[in-house]
Amino acid sequence: MARNKRATPEINAGSMADIAFLLLIFFLVTTTMDVDKGLAVRLPPWSEEPQDESNDIREKNIFVVLVNANNDLLVEDDYLSIDQLRSAAKDFIDNNGDGTCEVCRGLQLPSSSDNPKKAILSMQNDRGTNYSTYVTVRNELIAAYSELRQDLALRRFGIDYTDLSDESRKEINAFYPQIISEAEPVKIGG
Amino acid sequence: MSKFSSKKSKEIPAVNTASLPDIVFMLLFFFMVTTTMRDLEMLVGVLKPKATEIQKIERKDLTTYIYVGTPNNTESYGSEPRVQLDDQLGLVSDVQAFVILKREEINEKERPKFMVSIKADVNVKMGLISDIKQELRKAQALKVMYSSSPASSAEDLYRSM
Repeated sequence: MARNKRATPEINAGSMADIAFLLLIFFLVTTTMDVDKGLAVRLPPWSEEPQDESNDIREKNIFVVLVNANNDLLVEDDYLSIDQLRSAAKDFIDNNGDGTCEVCRGLQLPSSSDNPKKAILSMQNDRGTNYSTYVTVRNELIAAYSELRQDLALRRFGIDYTDLSDESRKEINAFYPQIISEAEPVKIGG
Repeated sequence: MSKFSSKKSKEIPAVNTASLPDIVFMLLFFFMVTTTMRDLEMLVGVLKPKATEIQKIERKDLTTYIYVGTPNNTESYGSEPRVQLDDQLGLVSDVQAFVILKREEINEKERPKFMVSIKADVNVKMGLISDIKQELRKAQALKVMYSSSPASSAEDLYRSM
């Protein structure tokens, strides 16, 4: 016992917890953990001259979605509500009119798209359209592609698309490339 | 047994708090790492739209934010939706210069990963957003994210429209 007393006394660490708590509370208060999420899109490059209206895309390969200033949808000359858009887009992409897509299970209608590689979802909105409607419509178009990819992933690999390796994912994306185009907005109302 | 039992052991022993600093420090480091100081005063109110097909932003440090919404101070700035660039309200025509400036700040090697996140309010009209998109195209900032909050289901999404 006597020998122990001569050794350097331990540093009193009792206040350590207090100091750490103080710092902890400071960071607790200042922290903001909003992970930013959103719809990722890629804009077309800017060109001064208006887009050349190339006619080598056949009209039946374009899925036209129009949104007006009252947030109504006109899809392929039909009035649709937003909850019908996703399945309509899926039917269009998966139609496989020329029979070249071996994984598609579409109806092969002659009036709809040739194959997913040629199918284009085209979206045009009014300047008076609400931003939330635009995001929802855009979301539905992306969702149509994700659902088709997910279906194919389950059929081909038996696992979810999100759990696939990068190569398998590329393979599936090659079958269903995501082609969404946006026309310049028009100003009709609003 | 009585040989070893001392008088002290009959009392309730004090809880050993020796590991408390360790626990607190662990929490502290967690919050230190995850914290981002709020250095931006919001001048416009933004209620993000909902979506289901959302992705996370990969690199926050390579992302520039553009806020669009109704000014909080409607007396000075009016009630029309405005664009907030950093900590001041700007015009749509300022967006191009702002984005180019922001892109210049980051390492040249990582510039292809540069991304612009548009945080716009649900009630903003697309006319303003389209004008911003044109400015972004002029600035060659083509990777764009429409910031949205996750919707629990598709039905939830349709109802909010």
